[in-house]
Amino acid sequence: MSSLNPYRPYPLFILVLAVILSMPVVVVLAHVFVPSGDIWQHLSSTVLPDYIRNSLLLMLGVAIGTLLIGVTAAWLTTMCQFPGRGLFEWALLLPMAMPAYIIAYTYTGMLDFAGPVQMTLREWFGWQYGDYWFPQIRSLNGAVVMLTLVLYPYVYLLSRAAFLNQSICVLDVSRTLGNGPWKTFWRVALPLARPAIIAGLSLALMETLADYGTVQFFGISTFTTGIFRTWFGMGSAAAAAQLAAGLMVFVFALVIIERYSRRQARYHHTSRRHQDLRRFQLTGGRAFLAFIFCLIVLCLGFLLPALQLLSWTIHVADTVIDAEFMRLLVNSLSLAAAAAVLALVLAIVMAYAQRLYPGKLVSGAVRVAGMGYAVPGAVIAVGVMIPFAWIDNTIDDLARSHFNYSTGLLLSGTLVAVTFAYLTRFLAVSLQTVDSGLTRITHSMDEAGRSFGFRPLQILRQIHIPMLSASLMTALLLVFVDVLKELPATLILRPFNFNTLAVKAYELASDERLAEAAPAALAIVIAGIIPVILLSKTITRSRKLKLAHDEH
Amino acid sequence: MRKAGIFLSIWLGLSVTLITGCSDNGKDEVQEVNLYSARIESLIKPLLDEFTEETGIKVNLVTGNADELLQRLQNEGRNTPADMLLTTDAGRLHRAMEVDLVEPVESEILQERIPSSYRHPEGYWFGLSLRARPIMYVKDRVDPAELSTYEALVDPRWKNRICVRSSSNIYNQSMVASMIVANGEAATEEWAKGLVANFARSPQGGDRDQISAAAAGQCDIVIANTYYLAGMLTSNDPSEREAAEKLAIFWPNQDGRGVHINVSGAAIIKDAKHRDNAIKLLEFLTSDTAQHWYAEANGEFPVRADIEKGELLEQWGEFRADPLDMDKLGEYNADALRLMDRAGWQ
Repeated sequence: MSSLNPYRPYPLFILVLAVILSMPVVVVLAHVFVPSGDIWQHLSSTVLPDYIRNSLLLMLGVAIGTLLIGVTAAWLTTMCQFPGRGLFEWALLLPMAMPAYIIAYTYTGMLDFAGPVQMTLREWFGWQYGDYWFPQIRSLNGAVVMLTLVLYPYVYLLSRAAFLNQSICVLDVSRTLGNGPWKTFWRVALPLARPAIIAGLSLALMETLADYGTVQFFGISTFTTGIFRTWFGMGSAAAAAQLAAGLMVFVFALVIIERYSRRQARYHHTSRRHQDLRRFQLTGGRAFLAFIFCLIVLCLGFLLPALQLLSWTIHVADTVIDAEFMRLLVNSLSLAAAAAVLALVLAIVMAYAQRLYPGKLVSGAVRVAGMGYAVPGAVIAVGVMIPFAWIDNTIDDLARSHFNYSTGLLLSGTLVAVTFAYLTRFLAVSLQTVDSGLTRITHSMDEAGRSFGFRPLQILRQIHIPMLSASLMTALLLVFVDVLKELPATLILRPFNFNTLAVKAYELASDERLAEAAPAALAIVIAGIIPVILLSKTITRSRKLKLAHDEH
Repeated sequence: MRKAGIFLSIWLGLSVTLITGCSDNGKDEVQEVNLYSARIESLIKPLLDEFTEETGIKVNLVTGNADELLQRLQNEGRNTPADMLLTTDAGRLHRAMEVDLVEPVESEILQERIPSSYRHPEGYWFGLSLRARPIMYVKDRVDPAELSTYEALVDPRWKNRICVRSSSNIYNQSMVASMIVANGEAATEEWAKGLVANFARSPQGGDRDQISAAAAGQCDIVIANTYYLAGMLTSNDPSEREAAEKLAIFWPNQDGRGVHINVSGAAIIKDAKHRDNAIKLLEFLTSDTAQHWYAEANGEFPVRADIEKGELLEQWGEFRADPLDMDKLGEYNADALRLMDRAGWQ
């Protein structure tokens, strides 16, 4: 182990970074200490129990759903051979490109009481209202299904990477010991992949907690909807911050569970010898079941809603798609790319610090820096706005009094503020991914590197980055797609005359013009697909390269 | 440290480019005006383009949620680039005035054109269009003679027959605020409880969803803003038109205070750097062209009495509007929300 002294420049740098990045969350939470009068009492006697119950049920449902779908799909596509496997391997990532609020809008459009599906049923069977039972889409269960359908890829992606990276030896040993596919899965592969699965799950659950669009549209009272009502409707920032603090309790619980599980499962493979995986050949009924399972997930999570969006788009295309629309596309893509690269660099710097200086201080700082993920975008936005405006106005005051010159607003209302909000909000995504990739690199490899006289940065460059490339790509992609979909922070922090696809889609959808919102929504989805495919290719290729490399 | 160094230089480079890029806007001599708008882009941009064409003044636009725009204005303080704030309800304009963000305007044109109940007496804000929130009923299943007032909707005959959206929505908050002013808090809370007891389903979706649900048979009575019905009636989607045609509008409380209305309106920001241009824009938004446009493009009622409303809105007939001082809607907003919480209005 390296020196534990946390006062060296690198750990110190991490601490400073963590302080800066957690500033928005801290600013909001600081409002907790502002007295909120009797609002808190009002909340706890009326709506708070609902917020807690609904948030918990939502998390529980999404956890079960994403684990079932994500892990099963990952295992089937990496370890089993069945018709269509190659296609599903990457296609199952597609729902990731679908923002939760958009999938909620589209399914509501289709399945609501007044939607085409129920209409048709009523026509066919001559039913009236109340004659028949139909699942209520705008309900807690509906929200669970919507969120599960778009969030399972987090679990799928990370567990798939873990399954792919598992040394073939381990699985071979399992097989020589007479374990069949099921036993190998339960007793070897699953426990080995647990850190990655839980990392994916905690991302999905944090997204669930931060979701505003879906629960708001479905009329479910959760912490996020409560924060907005209290802040803006009752005009109490303090009580809203207290609710946000309540939300953070959930987040911390998630973080602790995730950490704990990782400590329990510090498995390292001692061999990096990879061979092409010999997949379990599925035949007959089993192959059919695997195929149908993947197909249903893909249809529900992507194909159906995308087709609905497409049909709406065709209806309105000539009025909505113009030069302005192309500008939206360019704005969205370049902003997302810039934020994704920055987040990746920060994540590498932090995850590496955590590994090199395994003290409480550094790991605490890294956790704190990633805290923003579960905080709703609009809350983060206000947390960014307050300190940035303060800095701007202070500089302006100084300049005015000393040089008689007004600097105006330097940071507020620029893309710097927007990008900073993205980093605060999404750093956890790249951090989790890079970190779970790093956990799979044995400490003995670091030690070997050090015995060659490598300095820490050399270990990073020469050993880790090549070995991590799949995780790094994953991190890049996740943040890219997340930023593309991000709405509330962009909406409120952006400069004049600057729009993104998400802003456009939201504005029209919030005015209940779903069809007109469709082209922008579809563009987000399509723009999100391209990196998904790239990523999928890279993961496969990096593994092949590594195989070639290892054989020398 | 090299990674960190690279990161910092990228960050700084990016910041510098963006800052210089953005502050360029403020320094050149082009005539312009900066607008923060809670009206969505597609419901304001066409008017702004026309303004630019007419006057040569460029309009820079940020759209967003009104509360968040207010928050942004407050934080930016005296350095805010914004000259004008546009909202879709009077409550927020009132709030902007309370926190000292806006400044009164003296304009004969505005005073002449806008009826006094739809603007602040001292000129702190001006209404630009009217949004009425009447009762809508399904023609096949409800005899309009059964309907009279908002208050009467608690009658047990409407049990399981009413659809209305969530209490998180500002239009419901304003409506309940207007009832607190009219009937007092205790009576309004009783009313809200009675209304909730008559809900056909727990509140979900927006105003259009309530209309669709009623058309499909899930409920018979809807409380919604008229321009949503107008939007559905003129939709490209035949099924939306068909649904909307099943409903009719009933103007409630016509023997009393009148139907609940709200305004979309604007105010000039304190120490605005382009104050004159902002006033020009405000005046333009009350011009004949602009007022027509509200009615034509979004089915809102013009704030000026002398403007033709167009065929569709004419067809709904004249109505008496609640003459309540719009400021009160903002004043009683928090009380309204708490009251709805207590009544179990989700």
